[in-house]
Amino acid sequence: MELQYWIWIAVGLSFSLYIGIAIWSRAGSTKEFYVAGGGVHPIANGMATAADWMSAASFISMAGIISFGGYDGSVYLMGWTGGYVLLALLLAPYLRKFGKFTVPDFIGDRYYSNTARSVAVFCALIVSFTYIAGQMRGVGVVFSRYLEVDIVTGVLIGMGIVLFYAVLGGMKGITYTQVAQYCVLIFAFMVPAIYISFLVTGNVIPQLGFGSSGADGVYLLDKLDGLHRELGFHEYTSGSKSMLDVFCITMALMVGTAGLPHVIVRFFTVKKVSDARKSAGWALLFIAILYTTAPAIAVFSRTNLIETVSNQPYEEMPEWFDKWETTGLLGFTDKNEDGLIQYTADTTTNELTVDADIMVLANPEIAQLPNWVIALLAAGALAAALSTAAGLLLVISSAVSHDLLKKMVMPNISEKGELIAARIAATGAVCLAGYFGINPPGFVAATVALAFGLAASSFFPAILLGIFSKRINKEGAISGMLVGVTLMLFYMVKFKFGWFGGGTKADWWFGISPEGFGSIAMIANFVVTLIISSRTPAPSKDIQDLVENIRKP
Amino acid sequence: MKNTYWKKNICYISILLSLWFIVSFGCGILFVEQLNTIQIGGFKLGFWFAQQGSIFGFVVIIFTYIYLMNKLDQTQNN
Repeated sequence: MELQYWIWIAVGLSFSLYIGIAIWSRAGSTKEFYVAGGGVHPIANGMATAADWMSAASFISMAGIISFGGYDGSVYLMGWTGGYVLLALLLAPYLRKFGKFTVPDFIGDRYYSNTARSVAVFCALIVSFTYIAGQMRGVGVVFSRYLEVDIVTGVLIGMGIVLFYAVLGGMKGITYTQVAQYCVLIFAFMVPAIYISFLVTGNVIPQLGFGSSGADGVYLLDKLDGLHRELGFHEYTSGSKSMLDVFCITMALMVGTAGLPHVIVRFFTVKKVSDARKSAGWALLFIAILYTTAPAIAVFSRTNLIETVSNQPYEEMPEWFDKWETTGLLGFTDKNEDGLIQYTADTTTNELTVDADIMVLANPEIAQLPNWVIALLAAGALAAALSTAAGLLLVISSAVSHDLLKKMVMPNISEKGELIAARIAATGAVCLAGYFGINPPGFVAATVALAFGLAASSFFPAILLGIFSKRINKEGAISGMLVGVTLMLFYMVKFKFGWFGGGTKADWWFGISPEGFGSIAMIANFVVTLIISSRTPAPSKDIQDLVENIRKP
Repeated sequence: MKNTYWKKNICYISILLSLWFIVSFGCGILFVEQLNTIQIGGFKLGFWFAQQGSIFGFVVIIFTYIYLMNKLDQTQNN
């Protein structure tokens, strides 16, 4: 059957499934809208968290980034999984015990101040908006690449679907669609991976396959290191970044993960404290399936690519090469006009440009898998992008309707009024996200990784200290969050956008990249919070009792 | 009684977080060069920790904590 038909079937079926679930799980109260009624099973919540967490970037781009970075790519693997340990051990159970709806709820109540609440709302909105624009863009790109509609139409279809189930079902609708989306995306990711692993190494488990040897008896990783040396790249299994920078980026991503509001809020949806711990464990297990497979795909496709193209005549390239050349993801310019493809680290002689996304997208074709697998991949990528977008949408809408409206501007608003406000806010947020998806501001790609730095430098210290110390007061927490987030924003605009005099790699403080600077800003937040708190009065007895209470199981 | 619960919890957290640090930052970053001299199958050990081992480690750490805390919660209820 034609590839186009397969793709329409896969996408159509998965979308009708999401819509069906949305109709089945309409939200009737604010509690259902914000936290799905608080009765989600920990395994279901684990799956939903995993889908929420794994974005279009994890699904499409990560394996490719690792493929080009080799060891350097490890920062994403460790950074985007290690945060769950912090969540399960340090945050999730206590926030569940606290039992409100949002992250600003906790900050506002624990630090008994609407200033603290406003700062938290501000941080939640910045983090979520930088993130969601990238997701809508991802939806548009997948549509345009597979279904041959233009990006605008793709984004509009995506907006329509998310709008439907997020506005109708709130957190309840989102949770159960995310469970379905997890199943779709993990199946779509694993099928080609298992197939390719078997093809290259004879081992059906990709995690073991990439440590095995190919048909020629040489270990795959050794072969890849050799190929890299020959072509002038740094060795695949050793990195090009400094150890300090790798350390800081990993730390910023981990802590940022634990501080992201759309991840934290997922733990408000389970029934009890022990379920919050359990669902963090399940979430990481479900995430680990994809995250331990990605580096295997990276190695298979990297070896495959180099062996297929390096010093081979352009005329003899397989069919997929032409196809991806027309999309612009592959590019060849015959600089020395010998008809052969020279792929090297030296930019003056290199003739091949490869986009990182191709490693996952073109994989089924390179391995000559049947058409339905490619269709599955399209549905999987859409599931990854939509589920993350929906989770972020909920954070934005609850920040507006609950934290701003109910808690600060109109405390007397009725339950029904708040629910209407939440739905209007969700609609507004979808439209804004869609606008940015269609007209992406240049900074989106640069800032998604930095959203983690912002989350690390603002929320994490305030929440952690709020639970583990009774002495931290509002003066300390507010100044800490402000210092952390300002420092991070300053470093980001200075080195990413060239404001405040800009600067190059040589000017980085301590040689730490903007992606890793969240670690430093977080430390600054901790230091400021502790110093200011120790010099100002301790919180009242009520607050100390509140802390005592959330520590009890 | 309540205090021993919290103290035990802090104790579990400290031990497990040290393990968290060792499998990721220790084996995957700080001592990656040294571990890379050891090769198991096709994997250099440091590289394996950075791209696989640390993630498996994280899963084990969380499930250990779940197990320990469920036991602790039970003693609390009795």
